[in-house]
Amino acid sequence: MDATAEQKYDYGVVRWFTVMAAVYLMVGALVGVYIASELAWPFLNFDLEYISFGRLRPLHTNAVIFAYGGCALMATAFYSVQRTCATRLWSNKLAWFTFWGWNLIIVSAVISYPLGLTQGKEYAELEWPIDIAIAVVWLSYMFNFIMTLANRKTSHIYVSNWFFLGMMVMITYLHVVNSLAVPVGMFKSYSIFSGVQDAMIQWWWGHNAVGFYLTAGFLGIMYYFVPKQANRPVYSYRLSVIHFWALMFGYVWLGAHHLQYTALPDWTGSLGAAVSLAMIIPSWGGAVNGMMTLSGAWDKLRTDYVLRFLIMSLAFYAMSTFEGPVMSIKTVNALSHYTDWTVGHVHSGALGWVAMVGIGAIYHLVTKVFHVQLWSAKLVNAHFWTATIGTVVYIVAMWVSGIMQGLMWRAYDEYGTLAYTFAESVEAMHPYYAMRAVGGAIFLLGAVLMVFNILMTVAKASADGSVQAARTAPATA
Amino acid sequence: MAMQESMERNVWGLLIVLAIALSVGGLVEIVPLFYLKSTMEHNNAPELVWQRQAGQTLHDHKPGDGMRPYKAIELAGRDVYIREGCYVCHSQMIRPFRDEKERYGHYSLASESMYDHPFQWGSKRTGPDMARVGGKYSDDWHRKHLRAPRSVVPESVMPNYPWLKEKPVNPSIGDHMKGLQLIGVPYTDADITAAAAEVEGKTEEDAVIAYLQVLGTMAKLDENKVYRE
Repeated sequence: MDATAEQKYDYGVVRWFTVMAAVYLMVGALVGVYIASELAWPFLNFDLEYISFGRLRPLHTNAVIFAYGGCALMATAFYSVQRTCATRLWSNKLAWFTFWGWNLIIVSAVISYPLGLTQGKEYAELEWPIDIAIAVVWLSYMFNFIMTLANRKTSHIYVSNWFFLGMMVMITYLHVVNSLAVPVGMFKSYSIFSGVQDAMIQWWWGHNAVGFYLTAGFLGIMYYFVPKQANRPVYSYRLSVIHFWALMFGYVWLGAHHLQYTALPDWTGSLGAAVSLAMIIPSWGGAVNGMMTLSGAWDKLRTDYVLRFLIMSLAFYAMSTFEGPVMSIKTVNALSHYTDWTVGHVHSGALGWVAMVGIGAIYHLVTKVFHVQLWSAKLVNAHFWTATIGTVVYIVAMWVSGIMQGLMWRAYDEYGTLAYTFAESVEAMHPYYAMRAVGGAIFLLGAVLMVFNILMTVAKASADGSVQAARTAPATA
Repeated sequence: MAMQESMERNVWGLLIVLAIALSVGGLVEIVPLFYLKSTMEHNNAPELVWQRQAGQTLHDHKPGDGMRPYKAIELAGRDVYIREGCYVCHSQMIRPFRDEKERYGHYSLASESMYDHPFQWGSKRTGPDMARVGGKYSDDWHRKHLRAPRSVVPESVMPNYPWLKEKPVNPSIGDHMKGLQLIGVPYTDADITAAAAEVEGKTEEDAVIAYLQVLGTMAKLDENKVYRE
């Protein structure tokens, strides 16, 4: 069966995207641990401009979102679209263009951020020539995906593909509009928008980078890989349809909740918050849909470590899609905004949901596209526990520090004056910043184990000649 | 469900419906901000924006005269502020709460960032808000603080920025002003021509300090006036 698949589908580009996703997750986490340590122990900036916090932070966020997230989305979309459409990629050559283009963009980010080349808009810091390259490569990805769907040999388009497609369209909108800028030099430009409009557009982008890139896209992963790994059909088709359309229509509105109590008009922030609250329903519907796919097969969690990642990711998805709407309630937001609570929330989504569901898919993919068993299942289990513990330590540290910060800033003494200076609140954060760095380091250790395990698996596949065998075996095998 | 069925069978139908559904939220929340008069406070309080007379330079502006474009040296400082990612840890957006008022000053107005391409409101306060930091500390304090923050604030976790005092200001700052002029910032051609001479001999440290010292000082806000509902 493997041999047939290898000959029937384009797996080469999927193999490369899969391995690179694992590598970038490790690199992104490594940079994250380093900058977290800089906040706990500022001497680590070493007075070197290239590694100072402000320049490395975009490198961390871009490495995990676009390098890890991008490669994971491209690997899984290119794989699952072929399997669910029973057809090859529309163009294998174009897929390789996407692979090399995307990786070149990642390299350019690794060079340009430490040099201080930035547009100064969070998660969209890359300068204009690279932005143009992103648009071109992204469209090559989307076009190939759509044409493969159009070529399908099946009658219906499977649910995972809806999510991937929605993500691709929305990211195109967001990237193009938010990156509009007037170049004033080869590597310097200014956003054509200013002030309040720029802020709204930025957070329309910022929240939907999370909502579509890291949620809709990774839900595409969930809808394909959870049923596959559990060997069960998706729990409810109806729930999938509701989850999908509610998410597509609703998520777009949420960005404004990042700007409550700012100079953004009140109607916009309140509208964003209201829709945010409503989003709990489809989000939980989706989480239930994923988890209940296991109904009747829960015992698999005892033996299948890859499945553990997928199910744990859904637990974190449910948790952070509850926490997010709570934080968008005005009274909560008044406390949480500008604090580490936001950072903790982002990481419960990023580490708990995005990373874990992606890791589950990567392990699944490695066995499928290299036609071997994983080198070590025990190591997958060790990775599962380090990832889970690291994530929990990280989130708890940020909950405590965030809420403490918020409370210290607004505390008054008995004379009616502010109880703490800002510097005192910074000092109080130190133990939690150290704890966060430790949590991140535990998570990083797991990512290293994964890369090691995958490289050993690939080496094993290469030694056994399993890919070669699948390629040349008679088609009837 | 019939519609769902047909979209699942036709990728182009699915694509078109998606493209429409995905655009609604953004259009509703973003487009009105460009034309609703209530968005920018200076539509009701014109004194917030400096009315430059013919022949006046940016140097004729006095603190409190209203919002104006950044001077060449300030803009150069702002470029450095963005390059170093200062906005990652410092907000420039004071919210209308009692504690923020006492800590940072009057809440920020939308008109106060009307010339900010891109906006610098930030999202996180690892360090304090910067919206009204102008004039709060001396230039000398800023110099010490930028070179070694912990020499003046022992609890600080900010990196040292010793390289700023070594680097001369980018002499092509006039081109940057020209770009901003193109997208609506009211620089005069005279402002742009004079730019290079104004930054000559200045370091990036001088520029950052000039930028920090102007923040929140351009417009004078009336404590008794309600600018925003």
